Amino acid sequence: MKRLLSGNEAVAHGAWVAGVAVASAYPGTPSTEILEHFARFPGVYAEWAPNEKVALDVAIGAAYAGRRALATMKHVGVNVAADALFYAAMSGIEAGLVLVSADDPAMHSSQNEQDNRQYAKFARIPCLEPSDSQQAKDLTIAAYDLSEQFDTPVLLRMTTRLCHTSTLVEVSETRLPPPGPKPYPRNYEKYVDIPANARKRHLVIEQRIRDLCEHAETFPFNTVEMKSNRLGIVTAGVAAQYAREVFPEASILHLGMSYPLPRKLIKEFAKKVEKLIVLEELDPFIESELRLMGIDLFEGVDSLSDTRMPNAKSIFPITGELDPGIVRFCAEKAGLLEPPTTHRPAAVDLNLPVRPPVLCPGCPHRSTFYLLNKLKVPVNGDIGCYSLGVIAPLNAIHTIGAMGSSIAVAHGAAVAGDSERHVAVIGDSTFFHTGVPALMNVAYNQSNVITIIMDNRVTGMTGHQENPGTGKTLQGKETCEVDIEALVRSIGIDLVKTVSAYDVAAIEKTLKEWMKLDKPAVLITKEECALLPSARQRYYPLEVNTEICNGCTICFRIGCPAISKSEQLHEVYKRPLAKIDPSLCTGCEICAQVCPRNAILFRQQAKEKREQAEVKK
Amino acid sequence: MNPIKFDPKAAPVNFLLTGVGGQGTILASNVIAEVGIGAGLDAKQAEVHGMSQRGGSVTSQVRWAPKVFSPLIAKGDSDILIAFEKLEAVRFIDYIKPGGLALINDHCIAPITVSAGNAEYPDDQTIHATIARYTSNAYWVQGQKIALELGNPRVTNVVLLGALSAFITLPEEQWLQAIARRVPEKHLALNKKAFEMGRKEIQFSQNP
Ligand SMILES: Cc1ncc(C[n+]2csc(CCOP(=O)(O)OP(=O)(O)O)c2C)c(N)n1
Ligand code: SF4
Repeated sequence: MKRLLSGNEAVAHGAWVAGVAVASAYPGTPSTEILEHFARFPGVYAEWAPNEKVALDVAIGAAYAGRRALATMKHVGVNVAADALFYAAMSGIEAGLVLVSADDPAMHSSQNEQDNRQYAKFARIPCLEPSDSQQAKDLTIAAYDLSEQFDTPVLLRMTTRLCHTSTLVEVSETRLPPPGPKPYPRNYEKYVDIPANARKRHLVIEQRIRDLCEHAETFPFNTVEMKSNRLGIVTAGVAAQYAREVFPEASILHLGMSYPLPRKLIKEFAKKVEKLIVLEELDPFIESELRLMGIDLFEGVDSLSDTRMPNAKSIFPITGELDPGIVRFCAEKAGLLEPPTTHRPAAVDLNLPVRPPVLCPGCPHRSTFYLLNKLKVPVNGDIGCYSLGVIAPLNAIHTIGAMGSSIAVAHGAAVAGDSERHVAVIGDSTFFHTGVPALMNVAYNQSNVITIIMDNRVTGMTGHQENPGTGKTLQGKETCEVDIEALVRSIGIDLVKTVSAYDVAAIEKTLKEWMKLDKPAVLITKEECALLPSARQRYYPLEVNTEICNGCTICFRIGCPAISKSEQLHEVYKRPLAKIDPSLCTGCEICAQVCPRNAILFRQQAKEKREQAEVKK
Repeated sequence: MNPIKFDPKAAPVNFLLTGVGGQGTILASNVIAEVGIGAGLDAKQAEVHGMSQRGGSVTSQVRWAPKVFSPLIAKGDSDILIAFEKLEAVRFIDYIKPGGLALINDHCIAPITVSAGNAEYPDDQTIHATIARYTSNAYWVQGQKIALELGNPRVTNVVLLGALSAFITLPEEQWLQAIARRVPEKHLALNKKAFEMGRKEIQFSQNP
């Protein structure tokens, strides 16, 4: 039966069909749904790990123990897991091991657009690239066979477009039986990666990649479709779809395995066509390999790209995501296609207001950023919903790098002798991810960094996953939860306090006191993310008392989407009064606390007012 | 009135859906994709979610054809634009084919840049004039109003699907089946009602 599945659902389905027994992951857009879907299949073990390195180590451990295993992550997660990837590439496995890297061309929700195919070449492992959901399923299954046949981890490279596009997939009802238990290996030379063994293993893995090169020649997902011999295109991933769409007459060599390459197949294909081009997203990964092989590529009629540059890519852009419009435009410029006779639309020439993502109404992170802005301290931020504290009018974050970096970046400034006191802000999930060692460093080396752990009881940004602090597993089963305050004390920081994230005065008072003390301190601002079902039950919209409000605009400074300027002007000042949209307001009371005139009714006041109105009626 | 109809059996159809996080853009595009499959076509549905969940712009694309390759539509190549919010309609109007169909929910959600007073929301006249430069085939649907009358603003997306269905030569039943597959049982009756109301909006409408 065929069904519409997203690329992520298809990978999960393929892994189940392939008999994968263990999967571990850390959430990250666009990869997150793979594990969420996989966890719903019967007879599998699936878990959220605190970070990608742990997730990959777990998968490697399961594969050493003879079970097919899966680790999934977003592209930057592979940076975190890279140390594990490299030893597993050296050791090989006892049962299939696949690492899914979900890359993000165009950076729809990431800090960079690194092309993780480079990791395959770097670690000497094969890289498979699906081009739609059917291939996501098929290549996941093929990856396990390849992994076992060549005793290697396999990198399955997805992209946002593939992960989040639904296409038809032939679904299977049955799965391969997971391999039965076998004795845990005691293969010292293979699995103990010490120099004496590693020197031998390095020779093995260099031979392995040569063998894989040979295998690539007949790998069934490397396919040639010969049409006109005027133009030949070598392509992989979703770009293969654009190739077929924009060049219906061209011959296409579609690589399901983009590393290592089938050299003979490519050379033969090159010989059969007059012009040869490579169409791929991001890095000239295949293109550079072809150049190294000495293959002549067509570079366009007046190509500006200097092919001697290390990042040379002819015809198509090295940055951003492709689409048929961009591919056609570049092909026309290169003289591969006639310019269109039909019209090309003019861009909308209005200066439209942008619509950036914002902290939700009722978000518990809002109060802290309002105060940090007010305190005018340098803030080293981190990655999560709370990154939105950088957006106007909060404007309260000055650096954001990678997950877990906030605390050490602040520490760096402190030990460098920066004259200002640094504050690091980090979410609960990010703290567990890589924040803990950095905080240990602050304690160990005694810098005066103030760390704010914004504990909203969930991994919010990626769509509300459980984590080691929530007391629930991926499947929603009860488990123990990290006591953050106790953890902080145990690493040697005694200036630690937990306050409600909605208590503006308490946060302000604590921060101001701590500013005067020259030692490490940790403030935990705790309150459930406003989108969690339990928080939704407490929603109760507030309202503005228009007789008291004088349009001073202070409440606008918290950047809440539920507050806007009303049409009504203040009689004397002629300024618009504040207005609260009851369909958006959750009743978190942050605005009511910051209003200097008490013009915003607190929950209790709003309730009394409404009850009185009821009685009058 | 008798709107121009799309016959998906005769020519491929490209849909671009735009809206604001939380408006149900993605559910609507899932339904459209299912309807295409139900009609025996190939379909691909591409979306971007992530940062867009926190009140940002959300877009989704659906393509119907006997065989669909690219999941993405090139600018100027969308037969139909379905906008759940007016500003987002203008933002993406250059995706529409000249004279293509624009179905716009007559509803404004001010972005934070506007409510914080840092930018201005374009006035209706500017919005209409800009859209008219790309197509004269624009329909304004009272999706939000109808949904509110039905007691739940969340069914605005299904009102728009109802309106859309009136432009496509496929049986109404196929739409209702696809909706039934995508919405929870307990909300089904309300969604069906929303769909009918949207469909009637077009069948008895005077615009464009
Ligand atoms: C290395 C890495 N892994 C994963 C991600 C994806 N990611 C971005 S934010 C985030 C979760 C943040 O959760 P938390 O710290 O609890 O903050 P919240 O979003 O709940 O405010 C994740 C997993 C990433 N950007 N980088
Ligand atoms: S999802 Fe939760 S944590 Fe994220 S912005 Fe919304 S309320 Fe805040």
